[in-house]
Amino acid sequence: MPKQPRPESVYFFGTCLIDLFYPEAGLAGMELLQREGLKVVFPPNQTCCGQPARNNGYQDEARKVARLQMDSFPGDWPIVVPSGSCAGMMKTHYPEMFEGTPDHDRAVAFSARVYELTEFLVDVLGVKLVDKGQKVTITWHPSCHSQREAGVVEQPKALLRQLTNVTLVENPREKECCGFGGAFAVRQAEISAAMVTDKVASIEETGATQVVSGDCGCLMNITGAAEKAAKGFKGRHIAEFILERCHGR
Amino acid sequence: MAAEASKMEFGAKAHVALNDPKLRANFRRAMDGLMTKRAAQFADEAEWNALRARGAAARANALAKLPELLEQLEANCLRNGIHVHWAETTAEANAIVLGILEAAGARTVIKGKSMVTEEMHLNAHLEKHGITPVESDLGEYIIQLAGEAPSHIVMPCIHKNKTEIAELFHDKIEGQPYTENVDELTAAARAALRGAFAGADAGISGVNFAVAETGTLVLIENEGNGRLSTTLPPLHIAVTGIEKVLEKLDDVPPLLSLLPRSATGQPITTYVNMISSPRKEGEKDGPKAVHLVLLDNGRSRVHGDTELRDTLRCIRCAACMNHCPVYTRVGGHTYTFTYPGPIGKLLTPQIEGLDCAGDQPHASTLCRACADVCPVQIPIPDLLVRLRTESVRPTQGQAVKGAGSSATTSETLGWKGWTLLYASPLVYRIGTKMLGWFGNLMPSSAPMLKQWTSVRTKPKFAPKSLHELAREKGYCDE
Repeated sequence: MPKQPRPESVYFFGTCLIDLFYPEAGLAGMELLQREGLKVVFPPNQTCCGQPARNNGYQDEARKVARLQMDSFPGDWPIVVPSGSCAGMMKTHYPEMFEGTPDHDRAVAFSARVYELTEFLVDVLGVKLVDKGQKVTITWHPSCHSQREAGVVEQPKALLRQLTNVTLVENPREKECCGFGGAFAVRQAEISAAMVTDKVASIEETGATQVVSGDCGCLMNITGAAEKAAKGFKGRHIAEFILERCHGR
Repeated sequence: MAAEASKMEFGAKAHVALNDPKLRANFRRAMDGLMTKRAAQFADEAEWNALRARGAAARANALAKLPELLEQLEANCLRNGIHVHWAETTAEANAIVLGILEAAGARTVIKGKSMVTEEMHLNAHLEKHGITPVESDLGEYIIQLAGEAPSHIVMPCIHKNKTEIAELFHDKIEGQPYTENVDELTAAARAALRGAFAGADAGISGVNFAVAETGTLVLIENEGNGRLSTTLPPLHIAVTGIEKVLEKLDDVPPLLSLLPRSATGQPITTYVNMISSPRKEGEKDGPKAVHLVLLDNGRSRVHGDTELRDTLRCIRCAACMNHCPVYTRVGGHTYTFTYPGPIGKLLTPQIEGLDCAGDQPHASTLCRACADVCPVQIPIPDLLVRLRTESVRPTQGQAVKGAGSSATTSETLGWKGWTLLYASPLVYRIGTKMLGWFGNLMPSSAPMLKQWTSVRTKPKFAPKSLHELAREKGYCDE
């Protein structure tokens, strides 16, 4: 990942799940960027990256929604996304989706400006975190698309390792899918249920009291299953988790 | 109707598999072991990347020139004394194999492991005509005894544990005492198979690679049964899909290095057989006649689509299924058709049609674990999305069999509504405000939410959306 020159302003793409279910994670992401002295802009016309339609085979619909996002971030500032899945969609699939259309060039240019949040914090800003929180044992859950589409693997762990009072224990089944997969969770409900049940068990075995992730789809799936089965751990988006450590909460 | 039947079958079979703790444990243990062994083989990232690039290039090159290479293969095989037959359908291929056996007066057949003959249901066809084929690969032999189909393309009986095999042998092999001793079980299979090898009128095998340049059939295996099946009987019939062609012998080494390492984590297989002719004068072994049957069965249709063509790169290593979180949970029999796992979800709908296997491309979270380990770089998840697209709205006419068959009015309307919500900032603002107000009132038994809440709590809409909070905190002003 090439180090980019540090910009003065950035756009923030909130994601549809964060918008409706986890807005605090979005606010935390913006505050983390602001703390680094950046001007953070949340374009009000943004909605969703379009991944649900693309993955279900509705390409025209996905392109319509993707075009709105491309229109909504007009400047040439970086676009920071607190989700590896949406960042992966915008980085890798936008250029493919618009191949052979008049929008292809701007899709390529748009995708080059997209960063997953932890990727931006580490690779572009080189943040240094000061941990003011209590001692805690956590484990990390990487989303599949964060690892394998957005190419974000080491950055979130690098951030978490900067936190001196946080013990990060590795889940041996960390890389395995949690079974969310958007419509998959409903369409293949039983298989999805088996996958998330196994994921919850593997997190529980680590002994961590919190699972931290960069993707709210996985978090909704994992914490929903953990809550239903009354397991002893909570889930947290990495932006919220880090910000709370910085504030000493 | 066919589509509905298959969808129900996949779901119903998944339900049974998920509720079978023994099966779940067998697969989990086996796949964990295979993943660990493969990872050890490709610990050197740079070597892996370089090697898979060579493997992918060899396969892509062969597919780009497929028609010419097939002609070259045929010419070189004929020159070497190998008879060549072309079959467009599995029925034709079965008839060809039966015809060759009948012409030679063959009654007993010994078989090496071959997935393409499973695709043809060749054993059933031969049995119907009074010819008894005996599977000589240990795993295939076990499932033949059990009357089952393979549940994995490299390890066909991976779904069974030692105890189940011990019981099966005790029941099906005459005079076999009950034992869970693996050496004794292997010895029992070996003793039973020795007689079958010695008495076979013909041997049938698959082909791993067919080299156009030299007219050579490459077969790899671990147990020696493939070598015995192709040398001991006086007649050898090799059956392969038309896509297994390679341009030249130089293309073989990288693939020989990738295949066993990806499949079982072995550096190389015990036996690499290169068959280039029947027994020549003065030679001590080998069959008197060798036949090659080249099966299309929809492959040329797949080949005709330059994107979906990548499906045909597959070298049948099964790494994708070994690493698939869905396959690991449900096992190979859930997929109903011959090829399970990620590659099966891709290949089956293209061969059988989206109208009868249209749900298979949806049995994936698109986690990309399969694409990560594919030694020939098949972009499986992207092609699954392409098939999902074809199933609701064909993009290239009728290139895929059964294209457009899954589109329903309610689903199309649903996505129209979704687009209306997410493609207009104003509708999104009003729509999400209403969702925030009323969303939490939805009962857990509502459609879709019901499936979700089977093992999870209901997601809660936040009192204020990020859009609202961002505006309040002044993030929206440029």
